[in-house]
Amino acid sequence: MEKNAEHTHVHRDDEGDKLGMWLFIFTELLLFGMLFLVYAVYRYRNPVAFQLGGEELDVFLGTLNTVLLLVSSATVAMSISAIQKGLKKHALVFLGITLLIAVVFLVNKYFEWGAKIEYGFYPGGEALLELGHGTILFFGLYYVMTGIHALHILIGIGLFIYVFQQIRADKIHSTDYIWLENTGLYWHLVDLIWIFLFPLFYLIH
Amino acid sequence: MSQEKPHISSYRSHVFVLAALIVLTGISVAVTTLELGRLDTLVAMLIAGAKAGIVLVWFMHLKFDNKLYTIFTVLVIVVFLLVLYVTFFDYSYR
Repeated sequence: MEKNAEHTHVHRDDEGDKLGMWLFIFTELLLFGMLFLVYAVYRYRNPVAFQLGGEELDVFLGTLNTVLLLVSSATVAMSISAIQKGLKKHALVFLGITLLIAVVFLVNKYFEWGAKIEYGFYPGGEALLELGHGTILFFGLYYVMTGIHALHILIGIGLFIYVFQQIRADKIHSTDYIWLENTGLYWHLVDLIWIFLFPLFYLIH
Repeated sequence: MSQEKPHISSYRSHVFVLAALIVLTGISVAVTTLELGRLDTLVAMLIAGAKAGIVLVWFMHLKFDNKLYTIFTVLVIVVFLLVLYVTFFDYSYR
């Protein structure tokens, strides 16, 4: 801190901010970790129902959303590289792409959930209640886990909008970009969780 | 706080990482059509683990940041795996 004569009057601790973000990420990992644990136990006890439930899901949409999230993770990382190099315009473009992809992800989710709900495949839905205990568990977990994940996407969109404006207003720039960096970390976490949700719900038969 | 200049990853390196992640996703989807039976889950989780590792090391910058983050992350993963192990140890012998 003392070597940076520039900002001696401003209280700033980027490393501390980042450590705080990581601690938050760890709590998030454990939150989803416990949901994965619940999933693993119920799957172990209802293997057939979980297999059939998984076959109901659209692998194409799941794969598409996976690729979208991976691309958005790369673009937010590129946005950080850009701001570090002082390339404000690049940073805004990459962040804008990330924001757009996040919205598209949710739109896909809307169609995906919408189709299921239309058939009565939602918690408490008639079509679902007629099926066995295991299938109800599968779809319960599906909605809870992808739902909490979607909530994180929504929060990410809010963060992107805020950071985008801050970059535009030159509040975030090449020597002060911890907000963008932490937002990036958060977004990678969202990606990380989806990396496990995708095979567990869509792929494994 | 950070003494030296921060490590700046190039656009190119991000694109390479992304390409690797997409290839792994493709492999993961392709493998499920092979009907591996019980191996299915193991293979899918191994690939997901590899992808998660790539995201953590490169996108989340663990490779270039303070090693403290890496140590904490590994600890969190170990705690999770232990809980998973203990839980299944219980369920397997019921």
